[in-house]
Amino acid sequence: MASSPRELTQNPLKKIWVPCKNGLPDRHISQRRVCMTNCPTLIVTVGLPARGKTYISKKLTRYLNWIGVPTKEFNVGQYRRKCVKTYKSFEFFRPDNEEGLKIRRQCALAALGDVQRYLRDEGGQVAVFDATNTTRERRGTIMSFAQQNGYKVFFVESVCEDPDVIAENIVQVKLSSPDYIHCDTDKAVEDFMKRIKCYENSYEPLDEILDGGLSFIKIMDVGRRYLVNRVQDHIQSRIVYYLMNIHITPRSIYLCRHGESDLNVKGRIGGDSGLSVRGKEFAECLGKFIRDQSINELKVWTSQMKRTIQTAEALSVPYEQWKALNEIDAGVCEEMTYEEIQENYPLEFALRDQDKYRYRYPKGESYEDLVQRLEPVIMELERQENVLVICHQAVMRCLLAYFLDKPAEELPYLKCPLHTVLKLTPVAYGCKIEYISLNVEAVDTHRAKPEVGTFRVSSGMLNLSWCLQASHLW
Amino acid sequence: FLSSSQMWCASICPASLPPFIVPLRMCMTNCPTLIVTVGLPARGKTYISKKLTRYLNWIGVPTKEFNVGQYRRDCVKIYKSFEFFRPDNEEGLKIRKQCASAALNDVQQYLGEEGGQVAVFDATNTTRERRETIVRFAEQNGYKVFFVESVCEDPDVIAENIVQVKLGSPDYTDCNTDEAIEDFMKRIKCYENSYQTLDEDLDRELSFIKIIDVGRRYLVNRVLDHIQSRIVYYLMNIHITPRSIYLCRHGESDLNVKGRIGGDSGLSLRGKEFARYLAKFIQDQNIKDLKVWTSQMKRTIQTAEALSVPYEQWKALNEIDAGVCEEMMYEEIQENYPLEFALRDQDKYRYRYPKGESYEDLVQRLEPVIMELERQENVLVICHQAVMRCLLAYFLDKSADELPYLKCPLHTVLKLTPVAYGCKVESISLNVDAVNTHRDKPEVGPHCTAWGPVSSNMRSVPVLSATCTLGLELLSRRISDRWLLNRGDILKPVRLDLFPHFVFPAE
Repeated sequence: MASSPRELTQNPLKKIWVPCKNGLPDRHISQRRVCMTNCPTLIVTVGLPARGKTYISKKLTRYLNWIGVPTKEFNVGQYRRKCVKTYKSFEFFRPDNEEGLKIRRQCALAALGDVQRYLRDEGGQVAVFDATNTTRERRGTIMSFAQQNGYKVFFVESVCEDPDVIAENIVQVKLSSPDYIHCDTDKAVEDFMKRIKCYENSYEPLDEILDGGLSFIKIMDVGRRYLVNRVQDHIQSRIVYYLMNIHITPRSIYLCRHGESDLNVKGRIGGDSGLSVRGKEFAECLGKFIRDQSINELKVWTSQMKRTIQTAEALSVPYEQWKALNEIDAGVCEEMTYEEIQENYPLEFALRDQDKYRYRYPKGESYEDLVQRLEPVIMELERQENVLVICHQAVMRCLLAYFLDKPAEELPYLKCPLHTVLKLTPVAYGCKIEYISLNVEAVDTHRAKPEVGTFRVSSGMLNLSWCLQASHLW
Repeated sequence: FLSSSQMWCASICPASLPPFIVPLRMCMTNCPTLIVTVGLPARGKTYISKKLTRYLNWIGVPTKEFNVGQYRRDCVKIYKSFEFFRPDNEEGLKIRKQCASAALNDVQQYLGEEGGQVAVFDATNTTRERRETIVRFAEQNGYKVFFVESVCEDPDVIAENIVQVKLGSPDYTDCNTDEAIEDFMKRIKCYENSYQTLDEDLDRELSFIKIIDVGRRYLVNRVLDHIQSRIVYYLMNIHITPRSIYLCRHGESDLNVKGRIGGDSGLSLRGKEFARYLAKFIQDQNIKDLKVWTSQMKRTIQTAEALSVPYEQWKALNEIDAGVCEEMMYEEIQENYPLEFALRDQDKYRYRYPKGESYEDLVQRLEPVIMELERQENVLVICHQAVMRCLLAYFLDKSADELPYLKCPLHTVLKLTPVAYGCKVESISLNVDAVNTHRDKPEVGPHCTAWGPVSSNMRSVPVLSATCTLGLELLSRRISDRWLLNRGDILKPVRLDLFPHFVFPAE
């Protein structure tokens, strides 16, 4: 019958209880991750050129990676550019161009080969196969490939006939593409329109009846309408929700921290103190800055901590408080200085440098926890237009990592100094970032990643090296 | 200006204050939302309406459903037959139109005067004409409209629907099963000829979701705002596959035995015994593909370990954070935080422990758990008292006032099975003794608190009466432990003499 229950031991880094045998962690449980499916997912884009497939692919990949689902995009156009060094003209894409067809097919297969390697050998969980995939035949090939490898397939089709949207798309991302580097604007546009034409005749959009057995979302007119078919699992449901919340209306997101606080001045972390004199000055400057920017219908968000609210108060505009924007909970280390932490919790201090992203303060949180609690904030930021988020150092690093596609290793070391506003404006496939310092002095709260070197270890830390070695096994 | 945690609240402030801040919930929509169902009879409109209403209320959006069929039953006392619904029945049409108008009037009252944020108008609404009437009504009143259509032609689904909810309806109380089904099928036929389904072209200006074949496929058009986006996400995650959800707490813990709250202790001997009994119970139940979820606290994980099955750890299922009161005994809390003690009585749902959480916070962090529970089938959730209360309140549609007082004893499994429009609950005690951690809602009067019966070691703390409205308003701000400004109203200065020993005067 049932064997005696296993002993539990707590991972010193993440503070997670895991069963262990003979002092070593044992398998059998899983941490709640987004992608609880055992089989990887292959997302396949579908659509004519200039319908936003690559925009969607890159954005979705960035989002999934940020929430902790290892994802990579495979853009067949990139493979084609590597293979055919110089792009000549739209003729390459003519449906009767045998040579062109052969090369394009090879590129698609090469990309699928890399997908296989990524999902099987590199720990990938989701692969985004970004190509036109406009014929049922091509999609059939991909389905067979996925079936052989045990992947779930989810199609993302973008359908749009609005000439303005297509024209803007071409301006934003095609004109500067390597294909058209040596062309003038008019020639490039003309060639690209002919390129689109090459696909139009053979385009078989996803059909609710003919493709009723497939899992897909059809995005129409940049999100005006969606058709969603056979969502199979949690990750597909999250993908659909995300895709239904993003938009392409131009806007800017302003991120900044609260003004310098009294605890900042004392070099203490966490807590819920008010603004210092310089912090109040910053708040005034921020008010002026915002007014000068003349932002259309700006929404202002703060956390529920005094220092962000005090900062917002100086703006004299309505603002919303989000508990989710509260600073990382440092648990037993709240309101301590780094020296005190090193003194009282030398092991914790060292563990944090070991893996700052996953490290959870005792009775507190980790950056990894922060990302999970910030996900609804990101989702709402995607829905909104112009927003100013007044938050905290760790929180701002998480949000910034999402917009700038920074991996978990870099996230906890992103520079988010006090009294500096970051203005993020989506452009092409990414985000333009402007750093605006409001020229009010403040302490520096940034700690760079320590160099690999010797640590000064006090005599009490006999188990330190074992812990450091063992912690990342879990 | 801001209050501090030491001071009670603000005093008189100048009238020219900056505009007030708005809690996030209120900002979901500026204007109320009218959700309108569309579909033939027996397509799950009422099921969807009730479920959606339950979900929105649970996440804090005041929502109410208005079922036109109910209005019709109130008007036409006795249902005779499907003939009432014949499209050529002038009398019937007149009554049905009146009922729809009466329902819309009540909608107006709810959204206008009763603080409602969302109203769900549950009727067939199968013609474009009827829908246009509703859209005009909404426009006049400044409501956003969101249509939810259910389209289904699967005869098995429709038959099951009829068995589950129509046979038990007041309309068919005095009929035998066959008669009832026959009549109902004819009733459906009355609508079919005039049914104008939502069309992506003809209705392209409307905001709607069309649910096809019980969630196989969805068509979503013009989602306008955050609340509509959340509604769409929710509707796309629910299903009607029969299943059961098992909720229980961890086995009795060492801290439970010591009468201390919170913490991260292991199981007591009795707690370990419960874990073994739970394993046996689960085995005997023979549940298909059971998923097991725990929190990241030792006591739930130890409990799951005894089951010898894979389980998932959710941080979101951790017990409510009691902040500065963690691991304290009630006597210690009263000693060190007598004000907190009293405040918790006043509004246990919104009360936030200093540096901790409130039940209201818990609900927000549990929302992804609920969403995933909706997606899943058979699940056992091993969690904690406050967490279990929140989850239970969602399934049993309990209000925020009742939620913190729901009974969730140790060593008892609650089996929830969706049935008809609600949930069947079976309470299964596994017959292993444990301490009782439940505190009833206190009567207004001396010697009772939300913390439990007063022991001989504790001073009596009179309960705050609800009659002092000034005190209530100030208290509600302090309870939530939020940094708030006055809202541009002029507040009276705080009279500390009103709070001797934390007793509020009667009117």
